Amino acid sequence: MTTTYVTEGKSSINWGRIFMWALLIVYLFITIFPFWWVLRTAWTTPSLVYTDAESLLPVGFTWNNFLRVLGFLSTDEAVAAGGSGQTINFFLFLRNSFIFASTIAVAQTFFSALAAYAFARLKFPLRDTIFTIYIAALMVPPIVTLIPNFILMRQLELLDTFVGMVAPFFFMTPFAVFFLRQFFLGVNHEIEEAAKMDNAGIFTIFWRIILPISRPPLVTLAIITFITAWNEYLWPLIVGKDESVRVLTVALGIFRSQTPQGAPDWSGLMAGTTLAIIPTIIIFMVVGRQVLDSIQFTGFK
Amino acid sequence: MSNIAIDAKSSRPNWLKPWLKTETMVAWLFLLPSLIGFIAFYAVPAVRGLMLSFTDGNLFRGPQGVGLENYQNLLQDDAFWNSLRVTMAYVLLNIPIQTLIAIVVAVMMDRVTKSTLVRGIILLPWLMPNVIVGLLWLWLLDPTLGLVNVGLESIGLDSIPFLGQTSTAIATIAGINIWRHMGYTALLIFAGIQTIPASVYEAGAIDGASESRMFFQITIPLLRPVLIFVLVTSVIGSFQIFDTVAITTQGGPIDATKVMNWLIYERAFVRFDLGYATTISIALFLILIVVSFAQMWIMRADESDL
Repeated sequence: MTTTYVTEGKSSINWGRIFMWALLIVYLFITIFPFWWVLRTAWTTPSLVYTDAESLLPVGFTWNNFLRVLGFLSTDEAVAAGGSGQTINFFLFLRNSFIFASTIAVAQTFFSALAAYAFARLKFPLRDTIFTIYIAALMVPPIVTLIPNFILMRQLELLDTFVGMVAPFFFMTPFAVFFLRQFFLGVNHEIEEAAKMDNAGIFTIFWRIILPISRPPLVTLAIITFITAWNEYLWPLIVGKDESVRVLTVALGIFRSQTPQGAPDWSGLMAGTTLAIIPTIIIFMVVGRQVLDSIQFTGFK
Repeated sequence: MSNIAIDAKSSRPNWLKPWLKTETMVAWLFLLPSLIGFIAFYAVPAVRGLMLSFTDGNLFRGPQGVGLENYQNLLQDDAFWNSLRVTMAYVLLNIPIQTLIAIVVAVMMDRVTKSTLVRGIILLPWLMPNVIVGLLWLWLLDPTLGLVNVGLESIGLDSIPFLGQTSTAIATIAGINIWRHMGYTALLIFAGIQTIPASVYEAGAIDGASESRMFFQITIPLLRPVLIFVLVTSVIGSFQIFDTVAITTQGGPIDATKVMNWLIYERAFVRFDLGYATTISIALFLILIVVSFAQMWIMRADESDL
């Protein structure tokens, strides 16, 4: 027989809980609905965007906006379909974003891990001084170093190249070194001791023991770095204008600025936006759990 | 014969010895890439930026020193003071509302559900680039066709040009960023709530404390380190807003949304006044230092309530 607890005088419906669920659902709705609205507009025939602006479902469901924006329709067809002739070379910019973000994610994680291990486990003069200087750099707003870095890239003639775009983030960020050092500090000493007794060199210990053990924080950092790089706007804007290296965020900005102020091509703009959202959603579905858990760590270490 | 070798080694100065150990050399090898990155892209640019702020920033014939002229101009520049005002208005609108919503959502999640799906949905806006969030809301808030205004008109109110009029523009930008960040902030606070041991609440319940009393007298005080971290970092981030403005209003209408980063960008890459632009960025740096320390002092960050 199951035991049921009945508290005296209280109703069996927990109104408090229902209220909180209701609030949460409203909140989730506010969070999700704008995304649906983008999709709904992207699927709507351009001319009908004006007539049925309040319809919750796509009006005159069509894939044309996507085809238009990707450049699969000729300009005449595109304008005839009701939109502007603007296209976005989506797959090129997607590729560029991917090159930019993944190069930074891999390189920064690796080089920061090297430095973090040195700070965490090795003894050498000036160790703590240098670490403090690295951390102090966290206080400097990015815009301060942005302009001189731009000038540097200009002088090295690395503007509009991947090398120039990736360079400032390639070797480290103070955050990455800090983040990994905290983890390495917490790794169990015994395994390293055992390896040292077997005469393993420092790099061997790092490569064969520490790295495999630290997979979770390493992967977490790589993911966070990837997402941050993927979402970058200002730096790629000033250093990567040329189409061959232009990333998705910059491309969207240009697409938007080409939209006539008077009568923007909303369905086209929303189709472009949808396309740009898809990669992020895919990434999140693949590594989402890790990102969510990582917010525990980066929160208040 | 071995005596000679020993003597040679022990005759080296004491300060040199730790440098010659294998461990030191390996450590420096490990450190080298990050040092290259740090010096080349953090340290040197920071110094260069400072130096540039004392010049006219002319890249063609080489920057020429102008002493404190840039700084003097800065103090008298209406555009600078306007951007400071706009940025502060933005921060004051953005952070309190965002943090409040985040606390409420975090507490609700703690009581109601810890499901990954819900947490994933909550995080979604934060994962999007600012550019996408800006475009999304540009459409929703459109004066004629945007759903928000269509909704207002359908209940008999006038449509509001949220991003198109000076009185509402910066508040709208703040609203857009609240939408983007409230979920992430809620998850941070939620993580903090998880660390509060259940025994503390049990003790409170035994003492007969009500839910709301426990919230204000147990949860909030114990969350103080998390809240301080969240507030300080989100204020610092909030001061540096750029992307959303770049995509939606480009500083307009007139200069109602000309936040400091936008002003710096415009001076540097539209007017090519690089010297003055770095001056403004140094000013922003100093302002951030003052704001951060003031915040931590106000919240007595070094004390704990445990």
